[in-house]
Amino acid sequence: MLKINHIAKTFNPGTISEKVALTDVDIHLDEGEFVTVIGGNGAGKSTMLNAISGVFQVDCGTIEIGGQDVTNLPEYKRAAFVSRVFQDPRLGTASTMNIEENMALAMRRGQKRGLRWGISAAERKMYREQLHMLDLGLEDRLGSKVGLLSGGQRQALTLLMATIRTPKLLLLDEHTAALDPKTAANVLTLTQKLIEEQHLTALMVTHNMKDAIAIGNRLIMMNAGRIVVDVSGEQKKALTRDQLMKLFEKASGEELANDRMLLS
Amino acid sequence: MERQGCIRCSLLFVGGMIVELIKLINALPGAAAQGLIWGIMAIGVYITYRILDVADLTVDGSIATGGAVAAVMITSGWNVGVSLLAAFLAGVLAGLATGLFHTRMGIPAILSGILTQLGLYSINLRILGNKANMAISVNNFHLIVSSRNARQMSLENPILILVIFVAVLIGGMYWFFGTEYGCSLRATGANPNMARAQGINTETGKVVGLMLSNGIVSLSGALLAQYQGFADVGMGRGAIVIGLAAVIIGEVVFGKLFHNFALKLMTVAVGAILYYLVIQVVLWLGLNTNDLKLLTALVVGVFLAIPHWRSRLVSSARRKGGQHA
Repeated sequence: MLKINHIAKTFNPGTISEKVALTDVDIHLDEGEFVTVIGGNGAGKSTMLNAISGVFQVDCGTIEIGGQDVTNLPEYKRAAFVSRVFQDPRLGTASTMNIEENMALAMRRGQKRGLRWGISAAERKMYREQLHMLDLGLEDRLGSKVGLLSGGQRQALTLLMATIRTPKLLLLDEHTAALDPKTAANVLTLTQKLIEEQHLTALMVTHNMKDAIAIGNRLIMMNAGRIVVDVSGEQKKALTRDQLMKLFEKASGEELANDRMLLS
Repeated sequence: MERQGCIRCSLLFVGGMIVELIKLINALPGAAAQGLIWGIMAIGVYITYRILDVADLTVDGSIATGGAVAAVMITSGWNVGVSLLAAFLAGVLAGLATGLFHTRMGIPAILSGILTQLGLYSINLRILGNKANMAISVNNFHLIVSSRNARQMSLENPILILVIFVAVLIGGMYWFFGTEYGCSLRATGANPNMARAQGINTETGKVVGLMLSNGIVSLSGALLAQYQGFADVGMGRGAIVIGLAAVIIGEVVFGKLFHNFALKLMTVAVGAILYYLVIQVVLWLGLNTNDLKLLTALVVGVFLAIPHWRSRLVSSARRKGGQHA
């Protein structure tokens, strides 16, 4: 479903702020794989997700989604295949537009936008049913501006929007990190439910090692712009934190003691 | 004798007051008509400033372009409707230029607008046949609006015609920004990251918005030239500030009242009318017309500062509240 062939990216090359973000990322995802991504700050997790969604062009390598080479497609065109949920709940929705308008925008992801009316009555009914599923009382607030919702509500709505038109690939960039623990747990449960129901292929970046081990059917760890650990299948099911640390040490040759991300 | 003189004196004073008041009242229909024309212009500004979140300074040039195109076409015998359409299209082209500067050449929006505006000055002079202005008298041509009819109770009254214009424009805008494409433009302004993530081409969206906006602004220029009886290459100087004034006055006065999009656009038009009424009163109070731009700049500056001051007040009130608690 996703084939990343040896991509690399350096920001601001040749300047004092030069930053090598991805050195060599190479990974293939099969349909229905739900991959959790961990790694320290600056390891390249978000950069990899942004490379896939086309926020910038990579320096070399290719990216294929569902058999199609998207390496040269602009961000908005890749949206036909990829949907995203960001860390900041404000990024995934338009706060000055209301709930149903936001959903209608998501409903037309990858579709032609013409001069038909922006929302149909049939759609509205469907949105209400979908929102009812979230159990947050949003089904009665279709006309409310999204800016009035809490972070958790917005993130749940963004998730719903990301899956309302089944994507070939779902990218979650620490989408629960900005929420309080209880809300984060709810959003995570919703994430799992939506991914299972629609049998989605997904990449989920997280800072929480426990979640990364418990959730999904494959785990990758990144360090210094490349993937250093890749665990799937039975090995992933049986994975423990200690094993993961050993794997990381072996692959990267670094001590983990000073790496804060693994303390969670 | 002394008392009589005093009475005569005060009668004269009251009489003078009444004459002055009548002068003001006489000027009000004209102010309303001008306000409506600038209301159309301000609706164009609203598209960029509020919907797309782009400050577009092209309008100072494109309003004059509209006036110039209309004046030249009408004086060379074209029908008013065709001339208005041509003026609209000329504005669309101006917006396209700014849009391409901004999106294809990566120039910041404000600078792109300034570049187009500057370039348009020469173009506008060319359109006017290398003259700074051109008269279109209502005596010689069939015009759709003229200041001469501002106090007439007839179907030719510009206020009536302009109200219809504004209503049709608001209706059209309401429809367009409710369509799938219109919604994508609103998303582009509200949250460009989200818009791109939903498959919206935000670059093209900005260009289309700038084209539509400047088309409307240019149309208002075509109406203004007819209303005042001439087109002038400098008629757009400071237009953006008047447009912003209308948008902001509308929001400050009616902001809490209206949330519907069509009603919001209406408040923009009403904001422009209020602006011209205030200007008329200020002139009546004896201010020189030459001082108007300074006054406008100050008033718009203060109104633009209000949200900033308000939030600082709120946060300082919170800090104090925290200390007491």
